[in-house]
Amino acid sequence: MAVLVYVESPNGIVKKTGKEVSYYGSQLASALGTECIALFIGLAENPASVGNFGVNKVIHVNSNNDIDFDSQNYTYIISKVATDYGANTIILSNTSSGKSLTGRLGIKMNAGNVSGANSLPELSGGFVVSKSVFSGKAIARYSITTENKVISVMGNSIQPVENENPAVVENIEIKVPVSKLKIIERKTSKGIVPLPEAELVVSAGRGMKGPENWGIIEDLAAALGATTACSRPVADSGWRPHHEHVGQTGVAIRPNLYIAIGISGAIQHLAGVNNSKVIVVINKDPEAPFFKAADYGVVGDLFDVVPKLTEAIKKFKHS
Amino acid sequence: MDLIGERNDLIDVILKKNDQMNYLVCISKTPDTTAKISFKSDDTEYNADGISFIMNPYDEWYALVRAIELSESTGGNVTVINVGPASNDIIIRKALAIGANNAVRIDVASADAYMTAANIAGYAKDKSFDIIFLGKETIDFNGSEVGAMVAELLELPFISYASKLEVSDDKFTVTRDIEGGVEICNVEGPFVLSAAKGLAEQRIPNMKGIMMAKSKPLEVINPIINTPRVIAAKFIIPKAKTGVKLCDPENMDELVRLLHEEAKVI
Ligand SMILES: Cc1cc2nc3c(=O)[nH]c(=O)nc-3n(C[C@H](O)[C@H](O)[C@H](O)COP(=O)(O)OP(=O)(O)OC[C@H]3O[C@@H](n4cnc5c(N)ncnc54)[C@H](O)[C@@H]3O)c2cc1C
Ligand SMILES: Nc1ncnc2c1ncn2[C@@H]1O[C@H](COP(=O)(O)O)[C@@H](O)[C@H]1O
Repeated sequence: MAVLVYVESPNGIVKKTGKEVSYYGSQLASALGTECIALFIGLAENPASVGNFGVNKVIHVNSNNDIDFDSQNYTYIISKVATDYGANTIILSNTSSGKSLTGRLGIKMNAGNVSGANSLPELSGGFVVSKSVFSGKAIARYSITTENKVISVMGNSIQPVENENPAVVENIEIKVPVSKLKIIERKTSKGIVPLPEAELVVSAGRGMKGPENWGIIEDLAAALGATTACSRPVADSGWRPHHEHVGQTGVAIRPNLYIAIGISGAIQHLAGVNNSKVIVVINKDPEAPFFKAADYGVVGDLFDVVPKLTEAIKKFKHS
Repeated sequence: MDLIGERNDLIDVILKKNDQMNYLVCISKTPDTTAKISFKSDDTEYNADGISFIMNPYDEWYALVRAIELSESTGGNVTVINVGPASNDIIIRKALAIGANNAVRIDVASADAYMTAANIAGYAKDKSFDIIFLGKETIDFNGSEVGAMVAELLELPFISYASKLEVSDDKFTVTRDIEGGVEICNVEGPFVLSAAKGLAEQRIPNMKGIMMAKSKPLEVINPIINTPRVIAAKFIIPKAKTGVKLCDPENMDELVRLLHEEAKVI
């Protein structure tokens, strides 16, 4: 029984999470001694390229028209392809769309599912998937007991290895039922890597004093090529847009580098960021709780330290 | 007197009744956000000893309050449902105190998202709810799965991470959080949504609400599904950080060097 990977292609483009799940699926398929099939729905540029991450075959459904995302219809398509092509394990990205699909597909496929897996399943004596629980304070290892399985993979959990090896693409048409929902508008910040996908994040809190001071944060983010984030009171006060808010009630992220500036490190803030690989804290208060969760710390006035850090980054990039 | 006229009156009565919106809100119980995390029984079970529990914040602050707001503005009924043992009645009473009209508890300690969803869907199947509200995730096991499962079991549309919901003449407009922004859509009811921050503002129950909650109906029913599909095999607490390395605020070149050479993140 094959492994089927659904690769998202928003605006036709395969993003980082798409490469990660392709690699995850192909690694799992080889561990299970089976083949890995990738599924694309709607517009997609160069779907054959996921072969570079080990996928054996690509099924491209309705390649000529972009179908609005509707979890009901997408579940219909993905489960139909899984059944028609003999796949009993489905891999998805743990994105906003993935979050609406994982549970649905679990039901449709009579499968046990785990959302937000942070590593490849362990197969010795079962099928055990790890994920982060209690907002990053613990890791759970879940044993899936059903024949069919659905897993969504947390972004930045696996480092895909790329080899030149384009996959064969098969185009098929599937007639989908009329959707009961219609997307009327999509508003996203252009040209910036969205927070859940960002590898580098520069985040600031109430220590900034006011929205007018955010220029130094944006300069640092620009020098690094990082995405900006903020603490909850900052978003609640309207200093920054709501989608930048990280933490328990906001977005949970796991970038390679999280720089926290003028943020105290309350437990609810840490809940969304403590899975970051490396944390740098800049705070004038040496007693700020965030230092306990940090790898590197700078005790100092952010208005002083941040511009200096930006200069040092620029110098480093030019050397 | 013509029979057709009489029938039409009857139909009118039924339609009037159906005009009232029916909302179902799924609520769960989680450890307080600051609770200490530890495990027992060979690290297979959360250690709840001495822990104070709360209603999952997404369920309470956003899902429940939005449903109550809608019932207040458009008329209608708010039912809350929990899958869990009698010790969960405390959060159910709180939901009634905040303003839900009646409650249902399915009497089983749920072992996974499937058990929870299958029991909720089993109850909701023939009740013609217009909207089923859930939280975007429980803050303990962070599953984010139950809503999508309920929707698929009932063959309804599902909108995850809804941060805004407007209703006008049976038409629903929902804004949902997506990567780096939002998506706005129109949806035909009935449908299922999971609530994110923004959907409503937290409400604190007042004395009157707390008193009234005592006499509101809480129906306890038996589960229809008892077997999970996923079993928690083990919990692990990750190793704490070994300690922060402090850098001189006057020497940011050193921090950059460490991030490049030691941490290898830039
Ligand atoms: C249920 C619940 C959920 C929550 N969810 C979230 C969440 O998702 N995300 C979140 O962020 N919060 C959340 N919170 C709020 C959280 O508890 C904190 O209140 C919040 O994170 C504090 O934000 P802050 O660190 O920006 O502000 P503060 O706590 O006010 O910290 C400001 C920091 O800036 C430092 N500072 C001030 N001036 C300077 C300067 N010139 N130079 C350097 N440093 C300076 C100070 O020393 C201080 O440490 C939640 C709370 C609850 C109860
Ligand atoms: N035991 C339960 N009883 C009722 N609703 C629940 C239960 N567990 C979870 N839910 C609902 O499902 C949502 C998502 O939970 P989860 O998928 O477990 O993260 C929660 O926010 C609740 O609205």
